[in-house]
Amino acid sequence: MALEFRSVTKRFPTNSGEELTAVQDVNFRVEQGEFVSAVGPSGCGKSTILSMTAGLYQPTEGEVLVSGEPVKGPNTHVGFMLQKDLLLPWRNIISNIEFGLESRGVGKEQRRARAMQELKHCHLEGFDQQYPYQLSGGMRQRAALARTLAIDPEIILLDEPFSALDAQTKLLLQNSFAKTIAEAGKTTLLITHDLAEAVLMSDRILVLSERPGTVIADIKVDLPHRDEPIKRRTLPEVADYAAQLFKLLKLEEKAA
Amino acid sequence: MAQRHMTTIVSLTLLALVLLAWEFLPPALDVPRFIIPTLSDCLAEFQRMWAFEGLWTHIVSTALYTALGFAIGSLLGAVLGYLLGMSAFWEKVLSPYILALQIAPKVAFAPLFIMWFGYNSIPKLLVTVLIVFFPVLVNVLQAMRTVDRDLINLARAYNLSRLGIFWKIEMPSTVPNLMAGLRIASTLAVIGVTVGELVGGNTGLGFLISYGGGQANAAMVFNAIILLTVIGFVLYSALVRIEERVLHYLPKAHG
Repeated sequence: MALEFRSVTKRFPTNSGEELTAVQDVNFRVEQGEFVSAVGPSGCGKSTILSMTAGLYQPTEGEVLVSGEPVKGPNTHVGFMLQKDLLLPWRNIISNIEFGLESRGVGKEQRRARAMQELKHCHLEGFDQQYPYQLSGGMRQRAALARTLAIDPEIILLDEPFSALDAQTKLLLQNSFAKTIAEAGKTTLLITHDLAEAVLMSDRILVLSERPGTVIADIKVDLPHRDEPIKRRTLPEVADYAAQLFKLLKLEEKAA
Repeated sequence: MAQRHMTTIVSLTLLALVLLAWEFLPPALDVPRFIIPTLSDCLAEFQRMWAFEGLWTHIVSTALYTALGFAIGSLLGAVLGYLLGMSAFWEKVLSPYILALQIAPKVAFAPLFIMWFGYNSIPKLLVTVLIVFFPVLVNVLQAMRTVDRDLINLARAYNLSRLGIFWKIEMPSTVPNLMAGLRIASTLAVIGVTVGELVGGNTGLGFLISYGGGQANAAMVFNAIILLTVIGFVLYSALVRIEERVLHYLPKAHG
């Protein structure tokens, strides 16, 4: 398996001196090549899970394993993407895509070749010399995906990468991401608050509770076209899955 | 484009009006020329200064010390800003002293420097360095504090070393603020040199101001002030040009 959380608890010290438990006893596994989404109310520790997978900080209790090895710090197995594209504004697109390769002792020409390849995969041909401000939001996110894929990570972590986009761009970008990720065969963990997005893009959905976050349901999405959310969108079962998530998150009670 | 044309025309017309008023208003109002010399008085005095006072040497000296003081002061300010920006501990320890020195009127140090170093070029250089130092330091420090944490996390996730993070993330992120600090510093550099020359020395445009003032030669003072402004303006414009080239990646507000 590619990623495993074993009874992971994370507590943060707060200014008032008390400890804040962000996530408690989280257990889940993501298999090789699987696309798994984590949904949950805001503040349920989704981003904590992501940061621990990326190795930015360590769990208080339990273990996070990537490819069977415990995560000790930032590592080359994991590539992550946020809502913000985090492109470096002073670099053109191609050298932004190369950014992750620079600390890996990859030669200059090899880096450029690798980056050009990902540029093509993410349908950004001809934009290599442009600067980030010259690109639309959707294109910038595709460039960020290209940068993430360029380091050839075993796992891709996506933290609400589509949430800042308008509805149409979002659909197109979800489709393009799904295709690119499926072609690359990458294991993916998507953090989102968009229930439809989770259903459209995932093999499996983890539902997290309110803080302290823990996994309350693990739903297998048994639908075709994982690599084409726009097609999957037309299936009638999508609504059922969304309704199921809706119920699990007790959204009706909250609306009342 | 037509809009830009218009601004240039209006701007030049305004200049012409001011020059005309300068030439004809003081005599019309019976203001004596040792109070307000007219434009032609100043031009005549300029020729005289050029021929008999070694004006060119004074201009070169002032321009040189402005540039030198600016370069040394901003280099020191930037280096210290980056060093303190990398260490939260030292920043906290030193920030009250930095604030105190920043508030202290730097030009007031000039007589002290003369007492220490004598009537040579060191005091004016020191005043300039001191006055240029702080805006650069403060701007860099401020920018280092506000570098996007997510960018740093991204770099960490890509296994960049501390030094790598500095050169590839922090340094370029802070360039816009550094440039803003340098622009402010460039206008202050002229003040530093002028004060240094006013207080002690026998060269430079600041000296000509106190010399001309002593002789009730207002035209000489006027000319020196105008030339000082020109020096500051040239330095400032050079920085703006550099800034435009360096920060080409920022979207422009006006087409």
